[in-house]
Amino acid sequence: MSAPTPTSAATREAYPFGLLDLVEAGVDVVAIDADLSVSTMGYQFGEKHPDRWMTVGVAEANMVGIAAGLAAAGKTAFIASFAAFLPGRCFDQLRTSVAQPKGGLNVKCVGSHGGITVGEDGMSAQAVEDLSLMTSLIPFDVIVPADFEEARQAIVAVGKTTRPAYVRTGRPKVPAIYGRDYRFEIGRSNKLREGSDVTLIACGILVEAAVKAADFLANEGISARVVNMATIKPIDREAVIAAARETGAIVTAEEHQTTGGLGSAVARVLAETIPAPMSFVGVDRYGTSGKWDELLGYFELTPARVAQAARDAIARKR
Amino acid sequence: MSSPTIASVSVDELRDIAKRVRAHIVRMVAAAQSGHPGGSLSAVELGVSLFWNHLRCDPSRPDWPDRDRFLLSKGHATPFYYSLLAERGYFSTDLLSGFRTLGSPLQGHASMNAAPGIEMSGGSLGQGLSFAIGQAKAARMDGRDSRCWVLLGDGELNEGQVWEAAMAVPHFGLGDRIIAMVDRNGIQNDGFADTIMRTHPADMFRGFGWQVIECDGHDMAAVDQALSEAERPHEKPRCVVAYTIKGRGVSYMENNPSFHGKAPNADQLATAIAEIELGLK
Ligand SMILES: Cc1ncc(C[n+]2csc(CCOP(=O)(O)OP(=O)(O)O)c2C)c(N)n1
Repeated sequence: MSAPTPTSAATREAYPFGLLDLVEAGVDVVAIDADLSVSTMGYQFGEKHPDRWMTVGVAEANMVGIAAGLAAAGKTAFIASFAAFLPGRCFDQLRTSVAQPKGGLNVKCVGSHGGITVGEDGMSAQAVEDLSLMTSLIPFDVIVPADFEEARQAIVAVGKTTRPAYVRTGRPKVPAIYGRDYRFEIGRSNKLREGSDVTLIACGILVEAAVKAADFLANEGISARVVNMATIKPIDREAVIAAARETGAIVTAEEHQTTGGLGSAVARVLAETIPAPMSFVGVDRYGTSGKWDELLGYFELTPARVAQAARDAIARKR
Repeated sequence: MSSPTIASVSVDELRDIAKRVRAHIVRMVAAAQSGHPGGSLSAVELGVSLFWNHLRCDPSRPDWPDRDRFLLSKGHATPFYYSLLAERGYFSTDLLSGFRTLGSPLQGHASMNAAPGIEMSGGSLGQGLSFAIGQAKAARMDGRDSRCWVLLGDGELNEGQVWEAAMAVPHFGLGDRIIAMVDRNGIQNDGFADTIMRTHPADMFRGFGWQVIECDGHDMAAVDQALSEAERPHEKPRCVVAYTIKGRGVSYMENNPSFHGKAPNADQLATAIAEIELGLK
């Protein structure tokens, strides 16, 4: 089963395809789900490789412990649940059993339904803190892919390292940004638009909003660079520094609270190198029920808000 | 303070209420085109018997400090929960049609304080029994005789926290104040519990020092009887294990894992309403 290149797909749909690619490449994968495999899409991998997949019931902490044991025995362990519950229900197990062994164990976490676009389930299922939690686990790489192709390649990329990693996927279908010729690399951002007045740095579902915001701004004569910063950790420092040096103002946009995620990571690079005026777009409160696209409007994760944030940052240039 | 209000209605009346609750459940989920009908329908008899004949409560005073607490630990069963609250008089049944829509207090998973009668925030499984221990301990400290009734799913029993709490209830001697109820419908999110993660609810609770009362969860008289028995003082905490059918009352949802979290379409809704009107066979 070779992966399709859909024009519109949810990033979570890429998860099983990434796993299949890894098995084909000879990686000794074991994938585990915790009674949400129909949502994480892990079950599709289980159908192809029943010997390499298991479900542990609604028991996220147990899942992490089992994955740590598998990794210690040489396997590449993938575990998946909603981003609200992985890391939410098993943070200490991730910290002690996975992150603290020297260098971290080879466990890859896939948090699906990240952010508020879970929609109707409401706040308990909407993760606005998973990136904060996962970036705080020292050896972990943290990645938020923006489309199907990038998500598939991110799963493959983390599966080929021996470090622990967290990949956040989303529930709704989003338009394709990349084709098969795209090459995702951990820690390397992707510039989607050149620009000189401001840089819009986004991840996940906000990348599309950033591109649209750049169009709005272009109509006003503002030249906005757009950078897809899929890897939150390790952050692409060179790209952030170049954005500050060449455009002088920065906006970050993420489907997450503005503390501990993309915005915080970018701000730190700026503070340590070339401070530049910056605006943060994110969700700094708990979610609510509603249709996912309605919620993007309700929480102002929109091109209009990103564009406004850009004007604000530009106005603060000295 | 007036005395605890228990409606004390007949089994026939309970069955009529159950029909109305089932109809609300499928309508709400159909209107929202999302939500959890299966585990809502399986719990109806437990909920109706509890809310009318056993739970000491006063819908006009949802903050009455001496009230019994109903804690929905399987927090996705909100169509069930909100229908009960509305039928019991906590808020208007008109609110039900807003379920899961932007701006409605009736959130996808119960959110504490969002609407009258919601005693805890749920949606992340496994947390209700622990919450009950805190409530029960506080009631004992304050000399109130209110009790906690906790509804758990059988899939939910996979969560380790349930057993941390199950161990603590007898340890703290809170058996006179906490009653657990397990909706044993045999299906969880991904499929049948026997293939996803096998549990033995009655044996497991017994092993943790509980007195287990088993009943047919759709026989209203039997459920009502089981809850009465659970209320009687006993040296051990009581757990009612109700053997139920997920999706009960709607033929195409019964014992069908795909209706754990899926809404019926318009035709299916019409069928469901017609079947519910006939009552359980
Ligand atoms: C901690 C946590 N993990 C996963 C989920 C997703 N989830 C929602 S319902 C459900 C299955 C619950 O099964 P059960 O307790 O048997 O509920 P019922 O069949 O009574 O609806 C799962 C896994 C969750 N809500 N919380």
